[in-house]
Amino acid sequence: MTIDMSKFLDTFFEESAEGLDAMESGLLNMQEGAADNELINTIFRGAHSIKGGSATFGLSEVAEFTHHMETLLDEMRAGKRAVARELVDVLLESVDCLRAMLAASKGGDAHNPERAKVLSERMGRMLGVAVESAESVNSENSTSGSQSAVGAGWRIVFSPHAHLYRTGNDPVRMLRELAELGDFKVECDTSRLPHFADAQPEECTLAWTIELRGEIAEQRVREVFDWVDGDCDLSIRKLAADPAVKSSQEAAGIDIKAPETDIKPKKPDAKAPIPDPRSASEATSIRVGIDKVDALINMVGELVITQSMLGQVGKDFDMSRVEKLMHGLSQLERNTRELQESVMRIRMMPISFAFQRFPRMVRDLSQKLTKKIDLRMSGEQTELDKTVMEKIGDPLVHLVRNSVDHGIEMPDVRRAAGKSETGLVTLNAFHQGGNIVIEIKDDGAGLPRDKIIAKARKQGLLGADEEPDDDKVCELIFMAGFSTAEQVSDVSGRGVGMDVVRKNIKALGGSVDVKSEPGKGSTFTIHLPLTLAIMDGQSVLVGQENYIIPLVSIVESIQLKPGMVNLVAGQGEVMRLRDEVMPVLRLYKIFNVASQVTDLHRGLLVVVEGEGKRVGLFVDELMGQQQVVIKSLETNFRKVAGVSGATILGDGTVALILDIPGLIQLAQQPVNVDRVIPVGHIATIAA
Amino acid sequence: MPNILIVDDSASMRQMVAFTLKGAGYEVEEAVDGADGLKKAKTRAFNIVVTDVNMPNMDGITLIKELRALPNYKFTPLLLLTTESTDDKKQAGKAAGATGWMVKPFNPEQLLATIKKVSG
Repeated sequence: MTIDMSKFLDTFFEESAEGLDAMESGLLNMQEGAADNELINTIFRGAHSIKGGSATFGLSEVAEFTHHMETLLDEMRAGKRAVARELVDVLLESVDCLRAMLAASKGGDAHNPERAKVLSERMGRMLGVAVESAESVNSENSTSGSQSAVGAGWRIVFSPHAHLYRTGNDPVRMLRELAELGDFKVECDTSRLPHFADAQPEECTLAWTIELRGEIAEQRVREVFDWVDGDCDLSIRKLAADPAVKSSQEAAGIDIKAPETDIKPKKPDAKAPIPDPRSASEATSIRVGIDKVDALINMVGELVITQSMLGQVGKDFDMSRVEKLMHGLSQLERNTRELQESVMRIRMMPISFAFQRFPRMVRDLSQKLTKKIDLRMSGEQTELDKTVMEKIGDPLVHLVRNSVDHGIEMPDVRRAAGKSETGLVTLNAFHQGGNIVIEIKDDGAGLPRDKIIAKARKQGLLGADEEPDDDKVCELIFMAGFSTAEQVSDVSGRGVGMDVVRKNIKALGGSVDVKSEPGKGSTFTIHLPLTLAIMDGQSVLVGQENYIIPLVSIVESIQLKPGMVNLVAGQGEVMRLRDEVMPVLRLYKIFNVASQVTDLHRGLLVVVEGEGKRVGLFVDELMGQQQVVIKSLETNFRKVAGVSGATILGDGTVALILDIPGLIQLAQQPVNVDRVIPVGHIATIAA
Repeated sequence: MPNILIVDDSASMRQMVAFTLKGAGYEVEEAVDGADGLKKAKTRAFNIVVTDVNMPNMDGITLIKELRALPNYKFTPLLLLTTESTDDKKQAGKAAGATGWMVKPFNPEQLLATIKKVSG
């Protein structure tokens, strides 16, 4: 039977990647000197599984390499080896190396065999063995069959101990196996058999004498009894050879037919094309907890019930059943909403997926920078949409690097400032309203106000006599082309700075800001929407058109009184609301819609906020609040200023979703109606 | 055909073993660790149990000890999959009540030969 092992490789690579992640985080949590058995066991299991799998699936290079790691870990597990920093370092490097080796086997970039060799040697030195011993991984099985004892046959006396059945072994099966080896004759010895009245059905009281004729290697016979060693009395003796057989005996000594079972693992060609060669790192499948799937199935069940109930109502409908119909419909609405929530929850993953790389990163960085840094993480179970998570990874890395590089001071500086030498970087995630908030906090020096101002002046971002307040200083670091590192260091400040971070976060519909206290540290706070696909919107009416304003950006809605709005030269209409002055945008003008409501006192003003600025949007009427599914306008039409997307309303019409930051930008320049596309046009295309 | 319970925390090993055995006509059920294996073993009587040694939650040796104590598994062949061919692991397995063992890495042919040895 031949089985193509390569079909299991994908699974093996996937679980190895998980195993390596677990090993890495385990190693990072290891405290020097203290042996946490559960932790070591977890790490050991990772190495162990990879070794077993790689040997089975023909990746002998990986198997050899892992063998050393496993041995080291096994010694740690057994308490024979102390947890030393050097050891952890080697193991961590080996994890990286293994990752590269597996990626190479998977068909990615070739890994560096030198590195594996050097690491193997280092581990070998620690173990005090020569590297070649790795060979034993595969060789330990290939010894069978090397016995030279072959004769005319064997006389076997097999007398099992009473408890043999309780090991799960059965003499019948063993005799059957022997019978397959050659000419087989058996005699049963019933002398130990007790009297029927005393017989114990669960005990073995029989014994056998077997004569097995043929050219059979002793090893083959012994193998049959391998598992019952110690559970029986066994004697295996050579039979006196028949003359006929004797002549061939010599030859047989050489001709030990390597037993048919070739014990070496079958090696599928490692380079054989693996089906579905997706790019290595992009995981396109997600793991979903059973509870979430169960909830979903429950919900669908409810939906089916509601549907059949409605079907009943509709069968012979008359006005007396209207109430039932309404009841059914509201139930349907509830089911749909719950179903929608459950489906969205499937895409939600704990943010620990994004956080897990940081312990390693901070450890490596702090070594490189010779700083002492602790990383503390909390709220790792906070859930976030998978797409958002993938896109927030890089900005987070940048911010954490930033905190480590610029935030935390060198140990001597910290000591001089009366702080503990070890700096603390805290990552925290939590839900707030419809948002997820991620905080990156350090207890370092805080933002260097003077340096930032000086730099900003030099870059022309700030006027020479402008004296910015703290908020403004914080804003400065997010501006394009701003990097405070005096020299561009290896760690952060490669020119692409915080402005890119902010841009990426904004692209996700989120925001980032920073608070800083000199000498005490700074905190970066990221606000992100939970999901990109659905949002809460406020539907508003302008002329005959519906528009959706994202609920999160609405501050308040007011009815204007005469005298609140003034016309300011160069700025258009401006409103004064509780000592704040904000521009007023008439949506019907911006989108060129014919509206009956042009008198500001007759419509409503929705005050919205985006990027810290406020504007008033003039609309005819407020409609309902609802959750809307966001459809991209760009993929269906093209980008339109002031519009972030579209959605389809309950009655089938298309409503545009307003892009508040975009509108605010529009407000800052004289409105140019020609640039804006007539909305009727968009609606037909988008539909 | 005998039904077999496979207990291994490595999905790829499980897949390989299950695929091989199913291909040979055995009925196969999979469990992801010792605890899961014990739970599944209690729901029905398997003819053969094959388990890995190193697993989270419950290791293979403990699983065998637990199984052997159950009336349904008093005489059932319980096989250990082990990479350690050293005697102490085998002895630990035997002491717990294992019927036998199979040393990793093994190929499908060896697996089938071993299963055949304990089935029927």
